[in-house]
Amino acid sequence: MNQLENFNKGFFKENPVFVLLLGMCPMLGVTSSAINGLGMGLATTFVLIMSNIVVSLIKNFIPDKVRIPSFIVIIASFVTIVDLVMAGYLPALHEQLGLFIPLIVVNCLVLGRAEAFASKKDFLSSFVDGAGMGLGFSMALTILGGMREILGSGAIFDYKFVSEDASTFLLFVMPPGAFIALAYLIAFINRLNKTEK
Amino acid sequence: MANKKESSLVNMVLTLFIITLIASASLGFIYEITKLPIKEAKIAKKTKAIEKVLPEFDNLEEMKVVKATDKGRDFEFYNAKKGGKIIGTAVKTSTESGYSGLIWIMVGFTADGKIYKTSVLEHKETPGLGTKLDETAFKKQFLGKNPDNFKLIVKKDGGDVDAITAATISSRAFCEAVQRAFDAYKKQK
Amino acid sequence: MDYILIIIGAIFVNNIVLSQFLGICPFLGVSNKVSTSVGMTGAVTFVMVLATIVTYLIQTFVLNVFELQYLQTITFILVIASLVQLVEIVLKKVSPPLYQALGIFLPLITTNCAVLGVAILTIKNDFNLIEGVVFAISHAVGFGLALITFAGLREHLDLIDLPEGMKGTPASILVAGLLSLAFMGFAGIV
Repeated sequence: MNQLENFNKGFFKENPVFVLLLGMCPMLGVTSSAINGLGMGLATTFVLIMSNIVVSLIKNFIPDKVRIPSFIVIIASFVTIVDLVMAGYLPALHEQLGLFIPLIVVNCLVLGRAEAFASKKDFLSSFVDGAGMGLGFSMALTILGGMREILGSGAIFDYKFVSEDASTFLLFVMPPGAFIALAYLIAFINRLNKTEK
Repeated sequence: MANKKESSLVNMVLTLFIITLIASASLGFIYEITKLPIKEAKIAKKTKAIEKVLPEFDNLEEMKVVKATDKGRDFEFYNAKKGGKIIGTAVKTSTESGYSGLIWIMVGFTADGKIYKTSVLEHKETPGLGTKLDETAFKKQFLGKNPDNFKLIVKKDGGDVDAITAATISSRAFCEAVQRAFDAYKKQK
Repeated sequence: MDYILIIIGAIFVNNIVLSQFLGICPFLGVSNKVSTSVGMTGAVTFVMVLATIVTYLIQTFVLNVFELQYLQTITFILVIASLVQLVEIVLKKVSPPLYQALGIFLPLITTNCAVLGVAILTIKNDFNLIEGVVFAISHAVGFGLALITFAGLREHLDLIDLPEGMKGTPASILVAGLLSLAFMGFAGIV
């Protein structure tokens, strides 16, 4: 496969959230604003790229039966690194994302890519796959976060464009709004994909 | 795949052991590097919260834990000094009477016992309703008030506080937390 | 009194799926039929309670003692992964009928963030062991309640005529949103 194609697939054709429906927990849990969505997406992208690289490098040394536990240890280490670094240098964002940072470790997307892609392919392809998938995931989170922030708080990336006491659709920053916004977003993308064919 | 590794007990145990060893060693290393920034970030956050509720100060005393005499949680007291004189005290207080879960509030008292400013640290109130506790429209009615002659009870219940529309429970809880802080502060003096 | 607060809070007010967004994958994945949802709930309850006990003990007697809190994530996920394996092996030997019922769900649980989430939350909330167990059981019940209700609703969805784009996943997620809206009615009772 061409590397460019390999990179691009994460955005639309195999977008992890919209099409493969992986990583739904953070997708719904942290997207009350665009910044949170983007921060979570980039944290996941880092873990995805690093674990893909390491897995593809050491795949030939790992006995088949302990494959999954080894991958989990590798992923968990990178998650802890992200957790520590964010707590030290981005404390505000770290607090907002809270529990969902350690939970990157059980994001099916990360383990899924390690098992389905990186454990079979070479170093470069795995890196490109991780970057594409990660950025596709970040894009999805940011779009949903932006959508909920615009509707729910009348702001985008913390920039408020309505007056302080204007009423907004509060529902969208609350839990039910996450489901409802995501449902329409996926419906819209389904529709797009259908017309393309 | 060309060379799939055979799985024998020895190499399985060995691989897992090596991977875990490398992982924990590198985590220990990263932990040492980030230890200081994490600690500093925590202190910075606390100082920022105190700065929000007190007039300008140049020196902050050590945190003092004051036991709660009622059933609620303990308080944290921070004495702020300027030119060696205590100019105010920030009290971290809490209440369980909110709409959902605990509310943590930092209240600043000037040396004469008046409320300087308040700041909500943590809460789980309804977005857009209970969250207004931290907006100026609600907060400004407490500025410079001495709770001895400003009844910290919502008007509906016969006090002096204008409750937030559609968030009376949150407003009541806020008053309760500030009152608790004031009682504890008075006892300390 | 405290226990009642924990129980009601975990099942209704802060429902693990509908308001904390943990365990969404199985929530969307295996909720096509009421019967599979019941099986999944059983398996999750089992592992969640066991995992909470074991991780609590490890946190208190190993990580806290040696100041290794930063190894929390890595230890907890390994504990859960091995527990799942262990439960699978034991169940297969001891109770084949139960294994038949829960077996296919067990491997899915390792990557169910509800299990790891509850284990971490137990530590974050400073619960003691008994509170932790009550917390885990209530969350599992809350998970089951959401899953089974959702499956019941979803069985009816097939019969409805929907616009092309809404068919399948979007319609299910929308229904989940409405269910979550209904659960918001419980807010404020604790």
